[in-house]
Amino acid sequence: MSADLLTQQRSVPPRTEAKLAEESFLTDDLIRQLINVGEVDILVGLPTHNNGKTITPVLQAIQAGILKCFPRERVVIINADGGSRDGTPELITGASIDDVRHAYKLHALRTLHAITTQYGTTPASGPALRTILASADLLRAKACAVISPESSNIDPEWVARLLQPVYRENFDLVLPVYQRHKFEGLLMRQLVYPMTRAIYGWRVREPFATDYAFSGGLGSQFLTDNHWDDEAGHSGPELLLTLTALTRGFRSCQTFLGPKGTSDRGSSDLVPAIRQTVGSLFSSLEPNYPVWSGISGSQALTTIGPESEVTLEPLRVNRKRLREMFCSGVSELQSVFASILMPETLAQLRLLGSCTEDEFRYSEELWVKTVYEFAAAYQKAVISRDHIVQALAPLYRGRIFSFLSENRNATGEMVEANVEGLCSEFERLKPYLLEIWNGGK
Amino acid sequence: MAESEAEMREMIVNELTQAMHDIIRDVARFLPRLVVMLVIALVGWLIASILKWALRSILQLAKFDKLSENAGASQLLKQAALPSSTELLSRFVFWVAFLGFILLGVSVLGIVGLQEYIARFFLFLPRLFVALFIVFFGLLAASFFSRSALLASVNADLPSPRLIALSVRTVIIIFVFSMVFEELGVADQTALLAFGVAFGGLVFGLALAFGIGGKDLAREFLQRRFVHRRKEEKEDELSPL
Repeated sequence: MSADLLTQQRSVPPRTEAKLAEESFLTDDLIRQLINVGEVDILVGLPTHNNGKTITPVLQAIQAGILKCFPRERVVIINADGGSRDGTPELITGASIDDVRHAYKLHALRTLHAITTQYGTTPASGPALRTILASADLLRAKACAVISPESSNIDPEWVARLLQPVYRENFDLVLPVYQRHKFEGLLMRQLVYPMTRAIYGWRVREPFATDYAFSGGLGSQFLTDNHWDDEAGHSGPELLLTLTALTRGFRSCQTFLGPKGTSDRGSSDLVPAIRQTVGSLFSSLEPNYPVWSGISGSQALTTIGPESEVTLEPLRVNRKRLREMFCSGVSELQSVFASILMPETLAQLRLLGSCTEDEFRYSEELWVKTVYEFAAAYQKAVISRDHIVQALAPLYRGRIFSFLSENRNATGEMVEANVEGLCSEFERLKPYLLEIWNGGK
Repeated sequence: MAESEAEMREMIVNELTQAMHDIIRDVARFLPRLVVMLVIALVGWLIASILKWALRSILQLAKFDKLSENAGASQLLKQAALPSSTELLSRFVFWVAFLGFILLGVSVLGIVGLQEYIARFFLFLPRLFVALFIVFFGLLAASFFSRSALLASVNADLPSPRLIALSVRTVIIIFVFSMVFEELGVADQTALLAFGVAFGGLVFGLALAFGIGGKDLAREFLQRRFVHRRKEEKEDELSPL
């Protein structure tokens, strides 16, 4: 069975149904503000939490993009805030459109509304996205975009690149493609992208997107899906939205945006990042098993602009620490790994843990088997699922050490070829996942 | 003389006959009770067997062995050469039920003094169940939190993650067993005192070890965490997403 079979008939529930279901979720104050705005064509969502440093240029770029590309459309910006203490919502409500008009010499034909609402006191992408989707549903928005407040490299063109395929070309989901440094975003390139591609059969470069656009239909469908109370729906709904579109035949594409903004997210945020992405991906496997179990190979997704761009400027990385953390992880977490991994995989990892820096090579095959065994253990819940996800972090560091060592002097093309090779390995070993998934081993 | 001898013989015979009659009457009274007791024991054995089978099936369906493995209870059982936790719990329920029926049967025999002990046993059963419940979920909690501590320590690159995890597990287990002893009423004051002393000693010992015994290590550790670490992180600032 090929990935073509994924193109199924879509069944989008009536928007009023979703609206009714979400009525209690939105606050009275927000509903009042939304009613004052009335129906809109485009909604731009801005989920924030203490983003005071970066929010102003991001907001100005969004406003400029709207004035430039959608001057006749009815547009609203919804800021879903997770309890900022640095005045982020005030910066958004206080931002004047006049500054943008003068700076970019643009004129608006309609009022550009901006609404701020607080969905909770702690940041979580699930409630933030749910607020944005429910607002979009209530306002009957035809196209919606969600922009990360950390997108420091955003320019007004991003708004057009994300929203035009939805608004003018009837796509349901538009995902970003970024220009990245060859050593940035490695969790995406070493795990999330190759595994999503092998499992679901679509070559989506950024399945976990922070800047993306979607149609009102897809938004309503996702809103009515009952995953908001799950861990994945709470912390990583972006990936679930992508998978909803891919598995239910919504028209999806990806568009090149340019360099990805540098966020404050560093190596210390690895575990939360793994939870958001890998945790969501693992949790999606069980309900979607009938869809993915029959897929082999992968097919390209419509891409507007280049499929990838890699920059090569020198970057200082503490590789030694990565290897040390891998070795200490393998030695300290023996009991945890013993319940997750196959004995032969664990034996190979132990062997790797005793290798010298020069001998150390975490091969693609071993990495893919490791990830698939973690996915199967997650499904069987051999230990707490959150512990399974956390236990992947030291092994990921080992794989990254290997990748950095192998690609120290690699060109952009070589890095891409390396990622492509890993993707092929994920696809080749998919029967292994099915075997351990079904208890064959 | 001959008359008195005859009277005496008759008296003895009468007494012996009376004694024989009494014995026969007592045996005749006792036998049905014994039969009732045996019937109760047999019914008890049947009910206990059904309970054992039902519980074993339910536990197997609920994958209780897996839960027990996660709790670390299976490892303890293996080390003690005991059967799986499902089997052990089923057998436990069987024996408790069977013993309960036997005691019920014994009470039918009407042996003076036993009644009170039997009543005490039945009053003790709920406490025993609560104690077992505390042990199982206590071990589960100890296993979960020690694994959480282990993973968090490894991912935060803290020194001696296994020692941290072991400390967490030990404290929880001490706490659990102090609760169990209190519930069973076995040396409850001693157990409470022992817990207080052990916990206080652990905290005091750690404070001493950290502050005095390992002050160089503490300084080095704090420096590494808050001074050098920042520099290292800057070098290692690879965004995963």
